[in-house]
Amino acid sequence: MDWSPLWISLATSLTATAITLIAGLAAAAWRERRTGPMMALVDGIFLLPLVLPPTVVGFLLLLLLGRNGPVGKLLLRFGATVVFSWPATVIAAAVVAFPLMYLTARAALEQVDPHYLQAARTLGASEWHVFREVALPLAWPGVLAGTILSFARALGEFGATLLLAGNIPGKTETIPIAIYFAVEANDLQRAAIWCAVDIGLSLALLAGLYHWTHVQGAGRVQWSRR
Amino acid sequence: MPLEIQVEKELADFALDVSFTAANEPLSILGPSGAGKTMLLRCVAGLEQPDRGRIALDGRVLYDSERGICLPARQRRVGMLFQNYALFPHRTVAENVAFGLRPLPAADAAARVWTFIERTHLAGLEQRYPRELSGGEQQRVALARALAIDPEALLLDEPLSALDTHLRSQMETQLLLTFAAYRRPALLVTHNIEEAYRLSSHMLVLSRGRIAATGAKEEILRHPPTVEVARLTGCKNFSRAKAVSENAVEAIDWGCRLQLARSISEPPAYVGIRAHAIEFVEPSAADISGENIFPCWLMRSSETPFRITLYLRLHQPADGSDEFHLQAELFKEKWARFRKRPYPLHVRLSPDALMLLQE
Repeated sequence: MDWSPLWISLATSLTATAITLIAGLAAAAWRERRTGPMMALVDGIFLLPLVLPPTVVGFLLLLLLGRNGPVGKLLLRFGATVVFSWPATVIAAAVVAFPLMYLTARAALEQVDPHYLQAARTLGASEWHVFREVALPLAWPGVLAGTILSFARALGEFGATLLLAGNIPGKTETIPIAIYFAVEANDLQRAAIWCAVDIGLSLALLAGLYHWTHVQGAGRVQWSRR
Repeated sequence: MPLEIQVEKELADFALDVSFTAANEPLSILGPSGAGKTMLLRCVAGLEQPDRGRIALDGRVLYDSERGICLPARQRRVGMLFQNYALFPHRTVAENVAFGLRPLPAADAAARVWTFIERTHLAGLEQRYPRELSGGEQQRVALARALAIDPEALLLDEPLSALDTHLRSQMETQLLLTFAAYRRPALLVTHNIEEAYRLSSHMLVLSRGRIAATGAKEEILRHPPTVEVARLTGCKNFSRAKAVSENAVEAIDWGCRLQLARSISEPPAYVGIRAHAIEFVEPSAADISGENIFPCWLMRSSETPFRITLYLRLHQPADGSDEFHLQAELFKEKWARFRKRPYPLHVRLSPDALMLLQE
């Protein structure tokens, strides 16, 4: 049996989650300090991939990154194409996972008592130092939960990936895509195996998340000497 | 001059509008909750921006609306002690104290942390996390953390309000020692007159965003300019007043004419007397015919372990209502001499103790 969909799925999800973590945190930190009517629109755009059908997201990405799209044309000048390549699976997964990361990171950052941040500022800390040394550690449990959710979402991504990256065995064939084409080819055994793998992975992730939020103490780390 | 503050800022239901200079010593900022005290501190710390004004620390401009200067909090070198201490929960005591020392080489920072941990009697607790500390210990960590950066001014927001009574007097001592060694401007926000009186020699009374009184504490307590300042500094007895001669007023609510120690310079709106300044006099004929002596009846009383507060009605016994004119406060031993005497008792409102107050 060809195990490549497992490795492709894991590599895609891990890379996409890393990108989402950084982008989601940056977006949340940027958004948290701003108010105004435009921000509702910004929130809408950030959250759109969560509510749109993944096929719509995939189609939009295709328009953007395809040979005739604005970004695709630019990349072509450097001799690079994204569409139907492994990076396309990462991009598709990162875009659909982004809203989850953004939402949870924002909620986690908003929960941090602003007095801590103000105290840090009066102690001479730069905004970056305040974020890295105070806001992020205090928001970490929530951020971690968001990371796990994003990873799970990236792992399950199908529609956008299929449109943008296609189904190239050994290259862009992730587990969900392998399942779809196995069923289409009437290879039910192969489909069942990949379903079992996917369920196992997702369960392990959710159990890990549950353990983190409940066993570790309702989503909060208790800072004290062990 | 050390800390010059001139701040105007529109708040929800009044405007903060103050201008004063703090010398190299503690200055208590006294006022009821919601008077704008905390906002004032936050403007100095750089956590809020005034609408207009100027703040300068030892000649260094922290904020100047005309010149468009507003230093961010991190560049102000102003130490702030928050009401809830705001200790970083994910850092140990030593890491909290070290937080502001990042620019220093590690060895220097460690030495400095140790100095302030010892100075605030936290030795042995340096590896604990804030949640493992008592309220008093947390406050000392916050103090050590603020002092460790060698701030050019210190701002303390209700530093004692979160502590219970017995810790409070310990922390007061700690703060007095800190101030004695600090010798730079320290603004201490409080709503407690006793705290303000014990911790600083000068006071500034803030009321709805404006300075109601400022000066040496004894002077403010002896001659509060307005009813509000008198009330904020603990005065309990007031009566509307009308000048009737050069050195006498008619106390309208108390129904009597009061002789004053000095001549009236500005017609007063009110006359007041502090509860502990009311004297009881022996009922011998000579005494009760003296000036400012009035017969009174006891309406009710309330006791603390060593003192008693008496609610008195002047001129005539109770007529069914519970209204009283004066609250007198005295030690129980003293009261023991008068409590068995037949009514009426006699009180003297000493001309020296009367305060003429403006609206």
